[in-house]
Amino acid sequence: MSDASPPPVLKAEAIHKSYGPLAVLRGVDLSVGRGECLCIVGPSGSGKSTLLRCLNLLEPVGDGRITFEGRDILRARRAEAPAIRQRIGMVFQNFELFRHLSARDNIALAPIRTKGEDPARARARADALLRKVYLPEKGDAYPDELSGGQQQRVAIARALAMDPVLMLYDEPTSALDPETVGEVLQVMGELAEEGMTSVVVTHEMGFARRAATRVIFMDGGVVVHAAPPAAFFDPAAPKPERLSRFLGRLEH
Amino acid sequence: MPLDSPELILSYLSSARFFTAAAMTLLISLCALAGGMVSGLVLALLQESRFGPLRLLAVAYLWLFRGTPVLFQLIFVFNVLPSFGVVLSGFACAVIALSLNEGAYMAEIMRSGIRAVGPGQRQAARALGMTEPAVMRWVVIPQALRMIVPPIGNQFIGMLKLSALVSVIAVEELLLVANQTASSNFRYLEALSAAGIYYLGLTTLFMLLQAFVERKLARRGRAAPRQGWTQWLLGATADAGRVR
Repeated sequence: MSDASPPPVLKAEAIHKSYGPLAVLRGVDLSVGRGECLCIVGPSGSGKSTLLRCLNLLEPVGDGRITFEGRDILRARRAEAPAIRQRIGMVFQNFELFRHLSARDNIALAPIRTKGEDPARARARADALLRKVYLPEKGDAYPDELSGGQQQRVAIARALAMDPVLMLYDEPTSALDPETVGEVLQVMGELAEEGMTSVVVTHEMGFARRAATRVIFMDGGVVVHAAPPAAFFDPAAPKPERLSRFLGRLEH
Repeated sequence: MPLDSPELILSYLSSARFFTAAAMTLLISLCALAGGMVSGLVLALLQESRFGPLRLLAVAYLWLFRGTPVLFQLIFVFNVLPSFGVVLSGFACAVIALSLNEGAYMAEIMRSGIRAVGPGQRQAARALGMTEPAVMRWVVIPQALRMIVPPIGNQFIGMLKLSALVSVIAVEELLLVANQTASSNFRYLEALSAAGIYYLGLTTLFMLLQAFVERKLARRGRAAPRQGWTQWLLGATADAGRVR
């Protein structure tokens, strides 16, 4: 009857955000469809990470609208924020594993303490997730005993334990040694292939080219360009001058 | 020094009276510390609160209890509460006054521990959908606790010594008993030596306990930073025998 595509998992409209007089986001629109892997690239200071933190309400938003699961979550009461965040997984640049807990307990903590899941079941589930991120033998290891790449994979498993409908990655490989970047990107890529809806702020153009369904270029607090990866990275495709310069710089 | 001094000291040390007094000193210290940790934690959480009046309340408390001598607070509780119809034993007054006072200092330690847990850790917990109280209870406080073990150990030892003050409100603790014993026969050297040995024994016990707890916490995840040469020494000798 109609050709309307299914509603997006998350839709942000006209997001504005300032730190004092400094406008960081100046009217960002963004929409993530189910199963999409949206990569956000752009120079540092362009507002990418801030945007990501606005999407799960970690940062207060100045103005705009964020529709998630059919409602405007910016108008939700403050007490509802935790329940909304349970549905949105987030992975940080610096992993932020809980340092006092083993890998297994890092993953099991939130299901036990927010959903009241049975501890034994949550830990068994954590072990299954550790196998999924290729760390089956690291359940008892503490964050200090893991490499950066391993910590980040545990952090991904920790986010997945809450069964999110959307994953946000905030420069997940920027703090890693080059040799461990690949293992993290591999896990992220596999999740995307399985249909996990994701938004990835990244500097890894190779990942964006391979795994993204759409690439967004942000600069100066606005979305400058959005295109499927083939067109986005095609030197012949027409694109804004700012993006050409950004991509040109990366090649050197 | 009279020839029978060592013998007299030994007889004091083994007397039920001194032993009971030492137990009283220990009991007061432990109770006051427990009370101090609770009030300190409450104060620290009040100070970290987003709600202005609560922060003000905490500041007023700190101002009051850090701005007056603990001896004054002790005598105040003991002598003024009865005029409001609240009659408590000397022991209860001692624990209340020392707890309230200790809380003012413990708050600062707790706060530094809470602050030492980076904002990223809280953000990660929030991002998982944990409520603010859950973030505090399951992520911040457990990490803060192991960071504050060394300074709290020092407070424990300080409290043992501070407890001597309660002798002024007639609680039968070590100093009072030593004083009373000596005033009957003027053998101050012996009575005070016996008390001093008990104090040293207790503080040594606490230092060892502190080193033990630190090592236990260090084994689980992140090591607590060591503080003070005594802890360092105890830790170092203990570590030397351990195969890495």
